Amino acid sequence: MISFALRRLLQSVLVLFVMSALVFAGVYAIGDPVAILINPQADQAEIAAATRALGLDQPLWLQYWNFIIGAFAGDLGKSFSANVPAVHLILQRMPATLELALTATVIAVAFGIPLGLVAGLKPVSWIGRTIMAGSILGFSLPTFWVGLMLIMVFSVWLGWLPPTGRGETVEVFGVPVSFLTRDGLLHLLMPALNLALFKFSLLIRLTRAGTREALSQDYVRFARAKGLSMERVVRIHVLKNIMIPIVTVTALEFGSLIAFAIVTETIFAWPGMGKLLIDSINVLDRPVIVAYLLIILLLFVFLNLVVDLAYAVLDPRVRISGHGT
Amino acid sequence: MRFFFFTASAGRATLRGFLGGLGVLAVQLLLAAAAQAAELRIGLSADVTTMDPHFIAAQPNLTAQHHVFEPLLHVDERGRPIPVLATWRTPDPLTWEFTLRKGVRFHDGTELSTEDVAFSLERPLTMTGSPGGFATYVKPIVAKEIVDRYTIRLKTATPHGAMPQDLAEVMIVSKKAAQGAASPDFDSGSAAIGTGPYRLTRFARGSRIELARNDQYWGGKTPWDRVMLTILPSDPVRTAALLSGNIDAIENVPTADLARLSKNPAFRLEQAVSWRTIFLHVDQARDHPPGLRSKSGQPLANNPLKDVRVRHALSQAINRTAIAERVMEGLAMPAGNIVSPSVIGHNPAVKPDAYDAEGAKKLLAEAGYPDGFTVTIGTPNNRYINDEQVAQTVAQMWSRIGVTTRVEALPLSVYFGKARNREFPVALLGWGSLAADMSLRSLAATPNPDKGYGAWNWGGHSSAKLDTLVERSLGTVDPAMRETAAREAAALAATEVAVIPLHYQIVTWAMKSQLSYAARVDEFTFAWQFKPRNP
Repeated sequence: MISFALRRLLQSVLVLFVMSALVFAGVYAIGDPVAILINPQADQAEIAAATRALGLDQPLWLQYWNFIIGAFAGDLGKSFSANVPAVHLILQRMPATLELALTATVIAVAFGIPLGLVAGLKPVSWIGRTIMAGSILGFSLPTFWVGLMLIMVFSVWLGWLPPTGRGETVEVFGVPVSFLTRDGLLHLLMPALNLALFKFSLLIRLTRAGTREALSQDYVRFARAKGLSMERVVRIHVLKNIMIPIVTVTALEFGSLIAFAIVTETIFAWPGMGKLLIDSINVLDRPVIVAYLLIILLLFVFLNLVVDLAYAVLDPRVRISGHGT
Repeated sequence: MRFFFFTASAGRATLRGFLGGLGVLAVQLLLAAAAQAAELRIGLSADVTTMDPHFIAAQPNLTAQHHVFEPLLHVDERGRPIPVLATWRTPDPLTWEFTLRKGVRFHDGTELSTEDVAFSLERPLTMTGSPGGFATYVKPIVAKEIVDRYTIRLKTATPHGAMPQDLAEVMIVSKKAAQGAASPDFDSGSAAIGTGPYRLTRFARGSRIELARNDQYWGGKTPWDRVMLTILPSDPVRTAALLSGNIDAIENVPTADLARLSKNPAFRLEQAVSWRTIFLHVDQARDHPPGLRSKSGQPLANNPLKDVRVRHALSQAINRTAIAERVMEGLAMPAGNIVSPSVIGHNPAVKPDAYDAEGAKKLLAEAGYPDGFTVTIGTPNNRYINDEQVAQTVAQMWSRIGVTTRVEALPLSVYFGKARNREFPVALLGWGSLAADMSLRSLAATPNPDKGYGAWNWGGHSSAKLDTLVERSLGTVDPAMRETAAREAAALAATEVAVIPLHYQIVTWAMKSQLSYAARVDEFTFAWQFKPRNP
């Protein structure tokens, strides 16, 4: 188990290297941050000075080398535009994104799995069909459009929910969270719903397919034949067996929720990491872009690991060994 | 009897006390209501990266910082210098003497002194790791002489007429609070001690900036107890926030929402001609700039854009009125000058070139290009109002006189780097400036790193006569004489077609109908310039 985790970590270090090199080269290819950030009134000498100050006058390989040296010392560089360490900027924004993604996951799981189960148990009833039709909508409507519609309906027309921002936050162990205040909760609702929509639909389909498959299995038929109630069969036999794919998808999707919360964060002016990334790309704030992607990568690596470990817990047939794959 | 009287009077007293208390309570309630009503929530269109006023000269940052800090002088709505913390005079062309307002206090209660001024003018030079700081503005100052607590003399090596415009950009910070402070100290608020109308209560990066009224403000009380600047860069969202009533006013109203907002009686629009001139840089320096070919795709013998007649022809071929009315949906004013109408050095005698396609064709033929040629216009597609569409329209208009034009539209982050490397023969740019001579120094003067001229002269325009005029104008400290000189330079730049001006943008604010705003040429959004009004 431990060697398994260690090997995973070593693999991910390699991925981190490749990734950082790619991002470095990519940002370099896009353009010159100084051309965007420089004071328009600056003269040639100051433009040169700014380029030097950011280390952009050096050859790319040297810039990358300096970055690697710094990274080993735990320093991913200072943001060009905010004059604070890039990691600091990202960590400052991380709670907002995590809170949004977690809330979205909770919404998706809390509604997606039961509805999927119902749709799987009664595939031809009107309720099953309605759920499936809803999930198709959730899949196919673009996030930004749904977000704007939510704002139009709930903020502009009905005036129930605030359209943007994070609202009031309170600190829990030094981490600002908004779900503990009424104001914060109201602000959280729409973005979380918007972000949850896709995943919610995904879970419905996954649960439904799993349920239908499980229902036709021999063990379910035997259980029924044995005289167990349908309720008990579903709860004990069906649910347990369909959990593995659901857990995998939920965990992996949690990573993508964080990474792709960008659209939702932009629409609802939610001060998370995704919005930071967009802002940074616009001004080619390389330290922030690189640091963001590295952190997201680490997150995915971590989630994958968690999924693998969770398998073993959920399904006793899976044994994770230090040998073999 | 006495006893009775006593009780009666006591009773009255009590009653009066009670009524009085009730009155006080009512007044308090009213005040509380007024206080609640006196919060102003503004939606800003761009992110504020730091509250350190000397780190990066970016307009969104300055917008927020102006609420907390003040410069020695600033400009009014029309872009003309006005005293803020100090009045000034020039005893001789190399000396600028600033006299501070007496009794101006920082938010921490200490009085503003010339020590703070000297410190604040020095600090931009000490910033490290800044991609575009304020050194530009304070570099011309070679010596600072503190005469007394309220008087400071700034010396320059050569006469420097742009001193007021330069110093309008540099915020005065408290030496006590800012000495040894780094940018994060300003963000946290501990060093963000200014003299401005508002105190910084919270800087939530990427989200909002919360401000509270400075009751000791020298300029009197502003109408708002509390101000919240919310960062809303997404256009439809900014409008939605206003429509929903969660925000009282927004800047940079999206073009698409203008018609709708102007019809809605619950909201008001305020507009001003912006200082931002949109123009085309035309490569007139190199013999074979990339993207410039003959119609058959062959390289040209020489660069037609070097010929002033060709540049005139290209300018005349543009129907600026059509662009302003159709493409810009009224959000532009046709331009002939390098700076917009209220700015120093705008020459009213220089009119936008009238649309004349036939005349343009004749000029092209005269210059030896009767069949035209092929050219590429580079443009950003996310920087100025409808920038790509404007370039496309110009391309069509040029194609009509035989100049086949391609448009290469790129996001700003890619575009600026490429344009700086001069990868386009014609490049669209927008420029906001407080004086024509400063604009021309950057955009049209012969590139000269030693003098700092022509840093943004992508077209490589070079004219000794224009350089002399610009230098003379910048070297004139008397405002009236400088204006005359700047106008002369502006006229010459137009005659030489140093660049092809297209239009001045019109900038719009939208707000609840109970508010008014003094719309500013420099596009700044200042909370204290929003006033309640009776509908």
